[in-house]
Parts: sequence; structure tokens; C-alpha cells
Amino acid sequence: VLNRVWFWLFVVGLVYGMGRAVVHPLIVDPPSTTSDVVAGDTVANGDGDSVADDPQATVATSFADVGTQLTNAMIDASRSAVEICIGLIGIMVLWLGLLQIAQDAGLVDLLARWLRPLIRWLFPGIPDGHPAQGAVLLNLSANMLGLENAATPMGLKAMHELQRLNTTPDTATNSMAMFLAINTSNVTLVPIAVIGYRAKYGSEAPAEPLFGTLVVTLLATIAAVVACRVLEQLPRYRTTIDDNSLAKES
Amino acid sequence: MLLDTLIEVSRIASAWAVPLLVLGILIAAGRARVPVYESFIVGAKEGFAVAISIIPYLVAMLVVIKVFTASGLFADIKWVLSGLLQMLGLPQFSETIELLPLALTRPLSGSGARGVLIEIYESHGPDSLVGRTASIMMGSTETTFYILTVYFGSVGIKKLRHTLPACLIADAVGIAAAVVVGAILFG
Repeated sequence: VLNRVWFWLFVVGLVYGMGRAVVHPLIVDPPSTTSDVVAGDTVANGDGDSVADDPQATVATSFADVGTQLTNAMIDASRSAVEICIGLIGIMVLWLGLLQIAQDAGLVDLLARWLRPLIRWLFPGIPDGHPAQGAVLLNLSANMLGLENAATPMGLKAMHELQRLNTTPDTATNSMAMFLAINTSNVTLVPIAVIGYRAKYGSEAPAEPLFGTLVVTLLATIAAVVACRVLEQLPRYRTTIDDNSLAKES
Repeated sequence: MLLDTLIEVSRIASAWAVPLLVLGILIAAGRARVPVYESFIVGAKEGFAVAISIIPYLVAMLVVIKVFTASGLFADIKWVLSGLLQMLGLPQFSETIELLPLALTRPLSGSGARGVLIEIYESHGPDSLVGRTASIMMGSTETTFYILTVYFGSVGIKKLRHTLPACLIADAVGIAAAVVVGAILFG
């Protein structure tokens, strides 16, 4: 699946960019005509690619410009990907160190024991008392509180623990799919970043979307759990050794 | 106002969460007589390798996403759709169409989505219906592709099975719910 997604995103992006460059000068009323964002936007941030690349502003005027722009987009993206990873090293080392202390002190197991019924139901593939239970819980709670710096190292730790339970190292388990689906739709108590932007752009009530966000993320998380439970039953997503590995896992 | 106090409290709580968490871990470790320094080093050693091992996965994913968003496809889709709605005589929906580029960009790119969000704030104001709904949408979804790439990349998994469809279904539900909740709360 990933191969196909990757291929089509790439091809559609390149071909569409090219086609647009040919057609664009002929259309009278373009959506927007600012073309000053080509160079110098490689500041990495923790959440994806470089800053200041909103799609509206990337409408270039001449055919050659569009080519340059797509080339720069690729180079910028590869550079910022590496910068993100390098930036992650410090946080990763810090949090994995602290997590190890917490684990040795028995705190992670304690947390997992409190929330055992919930986690048993969501992740039947993780045996009781396995460190994956605690790591998964830590990541989900860090996400909930908006602690982005702490969430990624804890999440990667959780993936590492889940991978140790995996009998097919190149294929995702049901627990991993469930973990990531919940993670990406995670219940958000405080959307700190959005509140910040709203305040910056002159909102009279920056905190207004708080309640709406809580409701929406709750719904999305429920949808994620249901989608996982339904999809993992489908023949095309079942692994051939699924019953075996499930028996071993639980 | 009650909401503002709530926000202030949660902002303070969020700012102090990490220092207090670290203190709590240290105190518990002290009581359990854990050799804290050695323990820290044991855990920390993994961090470097994990961060480096993600690089190829992240480069592959970010390059393709950047090219895709730079192609201008999303802006054009919005332009075509709002033109269509004008022709059909349904201009009241053309405001909602403003949210489409945000909804499409959000799972792919965090900073791209931020750019779209800020543009909505600038053209409509953060307190308009579109601005408020966009705020909910932004706050309640994640950069799904980035997270899948980094998390699966760190353990070398290449066959995702149902992970991607499940995440995208959850995203779609979140985006649709944001539009509906926005309309109910602020419409």
C-alpha cells in the first residue's frame, strides 16, 4: 500500500505541477499570483516540513519558475527532514533516559496497572505486565496534555516495545495499528498551539475552540477504535499467521 | 471570564507538567533506590540510534508530500469548487469550501496546514465562523503521515496493513465533526 501511495503522490504532484505551469498563463482569473516563496524557507519545526510553504502562495508565473519551485521543494524537504531528525536526538536521549529511570522505579508498571481494564480492551495483543502497556499509556497521556516534545520519544519507545511482541518484523500488528490510529486522532484537552495563533491574529476569545476540539477529538478517537476493530477483521488485512501470533501474543 | 481562567490554569499546568514529572520520577526512583545516573545512561543510549534510523523514511515521505502540496492542486480544487457553487447559486456554502484546503493539507503537512490556517485568519478573521471552525479542525487532527512515517520507520516496519485506512477514516470523521460542531456552536 505504501509503495502505491508514495508513487502516486509523487507522480500526481509532478505531473500536476507541470500541467498547471502550461495551462496557468492561459487562464484569466488565477486564484492567487504571489510567487515570492521559492527561496529561504528551510527552518525546521517539530511537525513536518519547512515553515512558510502555504499552497496558495506557491503559484508561480512562468513555466521555468514552476520547475525551479518543484526542484527547490524537493531539496528543501529533504534538508528539513534531516534537520528534524537531528533535532530529535537531544529530546530522544533525554526522555528515553528519564523513562528508563521511571521504569526501573516501577512507575510505568504502576500506571499500567491503574488503567489495566482500558488497555486490555484496546490492546488485547499486549500481555499483562509487559512494558509496552506503560509506554503506550505514557505516549497517549503526553499527547492529551499537548506535551509534544515528550510524546514522540515515548511513542517511539512504545513502538519499540510493540515490535518486540511482533512475530513478523516487517508487518504491523493489530496493536500497532490501534496505537497509531488512537495517537493520530488523540483526545486533546488543550490545543495550546491553535490558541496561540488565534491570540496572535487578534481573536477576542482565543480559547473559544477548546470545548469544540474536545468533542471532535473524542468522536475521532471513537471512530479510530471502531475502524481498527472492523478493518483488522477484513480478509485483505489479515496476516497469514495471524492466529498463531495472536495466540503467542495473548 | 470562566473560560479564560480555565485556559490560564491549563496553560500553567502544561508549562509545569514536565518539571514536576521529572521531579516525581526522581523522588520515586530515590525511594526505590534505583541507581538513577546509570539507569538514565542505559535508556538514553537508545535515543541516538532511533533518531538517526528514521532519516531515510522521513526524507522519502517529506519530499513527496512537499512536491504534492507545492503543485498547487489543493488551491485549484478549492477554486474550481467555489466557482461551481457560485454557478449553482449556492454561495452560502462557498464559505465552508474555504476549509477544504485545510482539511486536505492537515494529514500531510503540519506547517503547510498552519500556513492555510493563518491565511484563513487573515482573510476572514479568527472569530468568524470559518475561522472558528478552522481552529477546531486544526486543533483536533494530527499530521497523520508524519507520525506513521516516524513511528513505523523507527522499528523498520514496511507493511502497514490496515493502519493507514484506519487513520484516514479517523481523520475524515474528525474533519466532518469539526465542520458540524463548528456550525452547531458558532453558526
